Amino acid sequence: MSETKSMNQQGFLNLFLTAGCDSFPHALRKSFLVAVWFAFLTFPIMVIKVNTIENTVVWHWHKIGYLAVAVFFGSFIWRWLLARKELKKDENREETRIESLLTRVQSHPVLKYLALGVLAAAAAVFPQVFNLYQTNIMISCLLYIVLGLGLNIVVGLAGLLDLGFVAFYAVGAYAYALCNMHWGLNFWFMLPVGAVLGALLGILLGFPVLRLRGDYLAIVTLGFGEIIRLVLENWGEVTMGPSGISSIDRPALFGVKLGVIGSTHYMYYIMIGLVILTIFSVNRLQNSRIGRAWLALREDEIACQAMGIDKMKTKLMAFSLGATWAGMAGVVFAAKTTFINPASFTFWESAIILSIVVIGGMGSIRGVIAGAVILILVPEYLRDFAQFRMLLFGAIMVLVMVFRPQGLISAKRKVYEYKVNTAGAANE
Amino acid sequence: MNNPVLNVNAMSKDFGGIRALDEVDLKVADREIVALIGPNGAGKTTFFNCITGIYTPTSGDVLIDPSAEGRTVRINGRKPNHVTELGMARTFQNIRLFPSMTALENVMIGTHCRTKASIWGAISRNPATRREEQAVIQRSYDLLELVGLENYVNELASNIPYGKQRRLEIARALATDPFLLLLDEPAAGMNPHETKELERLILKIREKFNISIMLIEHDMKMVMSMSDRIYVLDYGRMIADGTPEEIAANPDVIKAYLGEDHDD
Amino acid sequence: MDYFLELFLGGLTRGSIYALIALGYTMVYGIIELINFAHGEIYMIGAFTGLIVAGLLTMYGFPGVSILAIAVVCAVIWAAAYGYTIEKVAYKPLRGAQRLSPLISAIGMSIFLQNYVMLAQTSDFLPFPELIPHFGFMESMGSIMSSSELVIVLATISVCVALTLFIKFTKLGKAMRATAQNRKMAMLVGINVDMVISATFVIGSSLAAVGGVLIASHIGQINYYIGFIAGIKAFTAAVLGGIGSIPGAMLGALVLGLTEAFATGYVSSDYEDVFAFMLLVLILIFRPSGIMGKEKAQKV
Repeated sequence: MSETKSMNQQGFLNLFLTAGCDSFPHALRKSFLVAVWFAFLTFPIMVIKVNTIENTVVWHWHKIGYLAVAVFFGSFIWRWLLARKELKKDENREETRIESLLTRVQSHPVLKYLALGVLAAAAAVFPQVFNLYQTNIMISCLLYIVLGLGLNIVVGLAGLLDLGFVAFYAVGAYAYALCNMHWGLNFWFMLPVGAVLGALLGILLGFPVLRLRGDYLAIVTLGFGEIIRLVLENWGEVTMGPSGISSIDRPALFGVKLGVIGSTHYMYYIMIGLVILTIFSVNRLQNSRIGRAWLALREDEIACQAMGIDKMKTKLMAFSLGATWAGMAGVVFAAKTTFINPASFTFWESAIILSIVVIGGMGSIRGVIAGAVILILVPEYLRDFAQFRMLLFGAIMVLVMVFRPQGLISAKRKVYEYKVNTAGAANE
Repeated sequence: MNNPVLNVNAMSKDFGGIRALDEVDLKVADREIVALIGPNGAGKTTFFNCITGIYTPTSGDVLIDPSAEGRTVRINGRKPNHVTELGMARTFQNIRLFPSMTALENVMIGTHCRTKASIWGAISRNPATRREEQAVIQRSYDLLELVGLENYVNELASNIPYGKQRRLEIARALATDPFLLLLDEPAAGMNPHETKELERLILKIREKFNISIMLIEHDMKMVMSMSDRIYVLDYGRMIADGTPEEIAANPDVIKAYLGEDHDD
Repeated sequence: MDYFLELFLGGLTRGSIYALIALGYTMVYGIIELINFAHGEIYMIGAFTGLIVAGLLTMYGFPGVSILAIAVVCAVIWAAAYGYTIEKVAYKPLRGAQRLSPLISAIGMSIFLQNYVMLAQTSDFLPFPELIPHFGFMESMGSIMSSSELVIVLATISVCVALTLFIKFTKLGKAMRATAQNRKMAMLVGINVDMVISATFVIGSSLAAVGGVLIASHIGQINYYIGFIAGIKAFTAAVLGGIGSIPGAMLGALVLGLTEAFATGYVSSDYEDVFAFMLLVLILIFRPSGIMGKEKAQKV
C-alpha cells in the first residue's frame, strides 16, 4: 500500500518535472527560456514609468525579477497541467471530492433536508448575527447569485455568449428609479414590471441577432450594452445623465417605511426569497423539455434543427428569460442602493457576472452560486487584493477555459426513471 | 397504387457555378424501403440536405404526403425543424449526436416537436407536464430497447461505441414520429455481423411503425438484399432506378458505379 | 464646403486607424474563425510601448523624427510579441475545444491585459507627446487637414498595399491563404499551420501597434481603456467589409470612419459611439456577410 503510494508520488514528481519535455535538463532550459521571454515581453510596461510632462523616468527593475522567477516555476505547472489534461482526455471525467460530496448530500434524503435546514437557519439568522456592513455585502452577493443564474440560462445552458447582460440590468434599475421618481410607483409593483421589461427588451434585441453565428452575438450584445450606457449618460432630460437618480424609495413593509437597519434586513430577506425563486425556477427549467433543447442547441445546432427544434424560438426563450432575471435584479439593485447612475452599468459589470458563470461552472447551479460567493465575498474581505480583482478574474477565465472548461463545480445530470420491458430487452 | 409519401420532381441544387444535383426525380411509396446509391461525391448527401430543409433546392419540387392519401404539401425552402415536424426524420453520415448528453436524453430531444410543455409548465410542473415528461421518458427508453441500447441508457453519447452510436441516431430520429426515415450511410464503419443486425433492425422498424425508409448506403450486399427499389445517382444525375435485379443488370450503373467500385 | 471637406478628411483619418486594427481581426478570423477580443488591447499596448519609448528618447535628447521611427518600431516589436504569446497561451491549447471556450478565453485575456496595463502603469489618462512633425507645405491646408492626419492616411495606405502584396506574392502569404481556406488540407500539403497562425497574430498585432502609436500622437493622450472602444469599432469595420476579407476590412473601415465623421458632424457628437454600434447591428441584420464577404455554405 505504502509502496504504491510512494511510486505514485515518484510518478507524479517525474511527470511534474518533465511534462512535455524529453528530460529534466530540457525542462529546465525550456522554463528558463520562457522566463526570459516573459521578462522581455513585460519589460517596457512593467519596468519603465515615464512622465512626459516633467520628463522623469522611474525604473522598477525588481518587478521583472519577481516576474521571471514566477514564470520560471509557473511554466512547470503549466506544462504539467497540459500533460495531465492530455492524459485524462480519454478517461471518463471523475467528480472532484467537493462535487461527489455535494452529489452524495443531494441524493441522500435525510442529509439533503438536514443540509437545507442548516443553510436556511444560517441564512435566516445572518443579519441578526452580523453587522449592517456585512449584511449589505451579503445582499450584493445574493444579487450576483441571481444575476449569475440568470446569465447562466443564456451562456451556460443555451451556449449563447451575451456580453451585454448589464443592459437588461440597467433597464430594470432605471425603470424602477424613474417610475418611482415621477409617479411614486412602489417596489412590489415594479419588480414584475422590471422582469417584463427585461423580457421584452430581450426579445426585441434577440430577434434580429439570434439568427447569427454565436460569436457575432457576443460582439452585438457587447455593443448593445454600450449603447444603453451611452444613452443613459447622454439623454439627460430623461435619465438625469451621469449624475444619476438619487433617493429612490426602499421597499416598504405593508406600507410602513422602515429605518436604515430595518430596511436593510428587509432587503436581505427579499433577496433570499428572490434567490430561492431563481434556483427553483432555473433548476426546473434545466431539467425540462425546454432545458434539454437548450443543451442540445449548445452542442450541435444542425442536428438540433433536424430533430425538429425551432432554433430561433428556443434561443429567444433562453435569451429573454435571462433578461427577465436581469430586469428583476435591476429593480432590486435600485431599491437597495437608493441611488443609481450609468457608472454602475459598465462593461465591467457584465464581465464580473460572466466570470461568475464561467469560473463557477457553466450550466451548473451549484457552480454559479459558489462562483458568486467566491468572486464577490473574497475581494470584499481581502481589501488589499481588491485592485487585482479584475486582473485575476481575467486570468482565471483563461485558465479555466484551458484546463477546466466545466468550471469549479460541474453540472449535475438528472437521472431519469423508466420501466424496463423484458420483452424488448431480449433483443440483444 | 397509393400516392407516394415523398415525391421529388426535377430538383436541382447549384453551389456557385457548380450543379450538385441536376433535375433529380425520386418517389418513395408508403412502407417502401428505397436505397439511394452512387459513387462518392455523386450528390447523395446533398439530396438528403435538400429534402430535409438544410439546403434550399435551386429549382424543382419536393412534395410530401404523410398519409399517402393525396394530400400533398410542397416543402421546398421550409426550415429543417418544420420538415421534421411534418414527419421526415434523418440520421447523419458523420454521426451528429449530442455528445455530452446521455443516450436517453438524446432520444428525448427527438420527442421535442411532438410535445408541448411551456416555460410555465416547466417551472410549475403541473400534472399535464409531469404526465407528458413521464411518457417521453418511457417512450425514449422503449426506443433505446428497440435498437438494442438498453445497457447504455444513462451513458454519455460520446462514450458509446461507434456502431451503437449509429443505432442511437436511428432511435433519436424515430422519436420524432416520422412517416419517412432517412438514413445516411447507416452501416458505415460496421463489420458484416453488425451490418446484418442493422438490416434486421431496419426491417423490424418498418414492420413495427408502418413507415417508409430511404437510405444512402455503400454496402451493396445490404442494399441489394433489403431494398424494394434502388435509385442510382452519378455526378448529380439520376442515371437509373428499379428493383435490385434491374439495377444489378443495368449497364450504365455497372459502368458508373459497380464497375469502378465493386469490391466495396 | 470647407466643413464638409474637414469632416471628410477627419473621417478618412479615423477610417485609416480602424483599418489598421480591423486587418488584425479579419486575418485572425479568416484563419482560425475566432474573434480575438484581446486585439484591441494589443493596439493599446502598442500605444503604451510607443509612449514609454518616446518618453525615454525625448529625455535623452533624440531628434524629433527619429523618435517617431524608433517608437513605432519598438511598439511593433512588443505588440507582435504580445500577439504571439497570447495565441500560444490562450488560444492554442483550445483548438478543437467547444465553440464557446476560445471566445471566453479571449474575453478573459482582454480583461487581464487592460488591468495589467492599468496596474503596471496608471489608470489616468497619460499625455502623449506629439511625435509627428508639422510639415511646412501643410500650413496652407491649416484648418482642414493637419500634418498628422496626412501621415496617418499615407502610412495606412502604404501598409495596406504592402500587406496586399505580401499576401499575394510571398510564400508565407500563400500559406496563409491556403490555411484560411482549408486548414486540414494545408496541413496535408506540408504547410506548418502552427507557424502560419503565429505569423497571422504577429502581423495583425504589428499593424494594430502602428495604428496605436499614430493615433495616440494625433490625439495626444492615452489610457488603458482605449483598446476597448477601438476594438469594437474595428471589429464593426471588419464585419462591415465582410469578415475574413482583407480588402473588405479596409473598405469597411473607410465606410465606418466616414459615417462616424459625418454623423457626429451633422447630427450630434454626444452619440458618437452609438452610430458605430447601430451600424454594426444593422449590417448584421441585413447583410451579415458584409460588403465583400461571401456566403459560406454550411458543411453537414
